[in-house]
Amino acid sequence: MRQVTALIGKEFLALKRTGKLWIFIILFFLFGIMNPAVAKLTPWMMEMMAESFSETGLVVESVEVSALTSWMQFYKNIPIALIVFLLLFSSILTEEYQKGTLIQMVTKGAKRWKMIGAKYMTMAVFWTFGYLVMFAVTYGYNEYFWDNSTVSHVVLSAMGCYITGMWLISLIIFWSAVFSTSSFVLLAAGGVFFLCYLAGMIPELHSYLPLYLMETSDLLIKGGKFSEYVPSLLLTAGWSVVNLAGSVFCFNRKRL
Amino acid sequence: MEVLTLSQVSKSFGTKKVVEDLNLNLEEHKIFGFVGQNGAGKTTTMKMILGLLRPDRGEIFVNGQKVCFGQTGTSQSIGYLPDVPEFYGFMTPREYLELCGKMAGMPVEKRRDKVEELLHLVGLFDSNKRIQGFSRGMKQRLGIAQALLGDPVLLLCDEPTSALDPLGRKEILDILSDVKKHTTVLFSTHILSDVERICDEIAFLHKGRIALQGTIEEVKGMGKNKGSEIEVEFYQEQEADEFSAYFSRGRKKQERVLHFENQEKQNMFKMMQYLTEHQVAVQRMEVSEPTLEDLFLEVIGK
Repeated sequence: MRQVTALIGKEFLALKRTGKLWIFIILFFLFGIMNPAVAKLTPWMMEMMAESFSETGLVVESVEVSALTSWMQFYKNIPIALIVFLLLFSSILTEEYQKGTLIQMVTKGAKRWKMIGAKYMTMAVFWTFGYLVMFAVTYGYNEYFWDNSTVSHVVLSAMGCYITGMWLISLIIFWSAVFSTSSFVLLAAGGVFFLCYLAGMIPELHSYLPLYLMETSDLLIKGGKFSEYVPSLLLTAGWSVVNLAGSVFCFNRKRL
Repeated sequence: MEVLTLSQVSKSFGTKKVVEDLNLNLEEHKIFGFVGQNGAGKTTTMKMILGLLRPDRGEIFVNGQKVCFGQTGTSQSIGYLPDVPEFYGFMTPREYLELCGKMAGMPVEKRRDKVEELLHLVGLFDSNKRIQGFSRGMKQRLGIAQALLGDPVLLLCDEPTSALDPLGRKEILDILSDVKKHTTVLFSTHILSDVERICDEIAFLHKGRIALQGTIEEVKGMGKNKGSEIEVEFYQEQEADEFSAYFSRGRKKQERVLHFENQEKQNMFKMMQYLTEHQVAVQRMEVSEPTLEDLFLEVIGK
C-alpha cells in the first residue's frame, strides 16, 4: 500500500506543480456556475432578442425558468467537461513511456500493477472531486435561486454520467497500457465510445450499454425508476473491471 | 563470490541478432568495463540483466538468483543508471530519492539517512531546486544516487560519461571508484581512457559477442604478444638511411625518423648492438605498446 500511496502522492504533486490542478479546479467550478447562470439569464436574453424574433413573426412571451432549467444545462455541459478532463489526463502513462521515467521506478522495485492502480486511482479521485464540485456548485445556486425539491431524483440522475466517466477512465488506462502515444490512446477510447453509440441505435441493445447511463437526466423530467438503468450500470461496472484487469495484463508485458 | 552470471544469453530484434551466446561472470567489488561501439548490444544486455527485456535464450543470475522478465525480485539487488537518466522534473532531488526509497520499500529512518548520505556523496546536498533546471552532469550524479539507494550488490551504469565535459566525467569516475568498496560495478562505455582509469576487468563486445575479455593487464598483454612498435630518430639522414639498409623492414616516417612495426624484443637488442658497434648516437629510441584503442580497433576490424 505504501508504494501505491507514494505513487498517488507523486501524481498529485505533478498536477499541483505543473499547474494542471488549478486549471482543473477553475474549469469544474466554471462548469458548475455556468448552469444556474445560463438559466438565470435566459429570460433576460429572450427579452433582448424578442425584437429581432418579432421581425420573423415569432412572439416571445414570458419565459419561466426553474431548478429544472439549470439541471438540464448541467447535463448539457457534462460531456464537454468529461472531454476536457480526458484530454488533460490522456497522456498520464504515455508521457512516462516517452520520457523513460518509469524504468527507474520499476528497477527500484515498484510493482507494475500498483503503478497502473495508482494512475487509475488518481484519475478516479480527480473525476470524483471535479464532478462533486460541479454538482455542488449547481445544487447550491439552484437551491438559492429556486428550489431543488421541485425536481425529483437529483442525486440518482447525476450518478449516471459520473459512472460513465469512471468507465471512460478505465478505457483510457487500458489503451494506455496497450499503446505508447496519447493520440492512439484517445483514438482507441473514442473509437470504443463511437461503437457503443452505433450499437445504441439497435433498440434491443440500447438500455444495456454504458452510454444509456448518460440519459439518467430523463429521471428529472419524466420521472421513472432508477432500476431501469441497473442492467446498463452492471455492464458498465463489469466492463470497467475487465478494462483494469486487461490493463494490468498488458502493462506487465509492456517494454518500458 | 560471483555477483553476476550470464550463461549463453542471446537476444534478437526481428531478424537482427543483437546479443549472441554471451557468457560473463562478475566477481564482487570489481569495476567491469563493458566496451563496444554503438549498437554492439551493451544496453540490451543491461536491460536483460534488469529483467526489462526477455532473453531469447540463456540464463542470467544476479547474486545467485535467476532473473525473470517483468519481476522485481532481482532488480532490487541492482542499481541502474541509464545512459540518459530521466527524472520527474517537478521534484527536487531529495523528493525524488525519497520516492525511490519508498518504491524500494525502505523503512522511514533508514531511507532518510540514506538519502542525505547519497546527496552528500554526489554533491547535491545543497540543491533544493527542481530537477528540470539541472545540467546533464547534475542529472548523472542524481542518477548514481538513485541507483545506489537500496545498497545494491550490482551497479549497472550505461555510458555514464558519454555526454559530459571533462570535469563532469572526472566527478562521475571518482564516484564510481569510490563506490567500488560497497558494490560491484558494470560500466558500459566507448571511452577507453575511462576504462583504463577505473576498471579492474574489461570485455570488448562486438556484434553481440565478447571478442576479448580479461583484466586490463591481461588484455594489454594480448596486444604485447602481437609485437611492439619501435621508432628511432637519428641526428643525420645518412645514418638513418644506413640503418634502414641494415634493418630492411623499417619505414621512413620523416627524413631522420624510422618506424618498425610488429617487432619482437630480440630485434631491439640487435638494433642497440648495431648502434653501439657503429658508434651511432640517436636522438630518440622509443618502444610503444599497443593501446586499448589499438586493440579495440583491431577487434572491430577497423
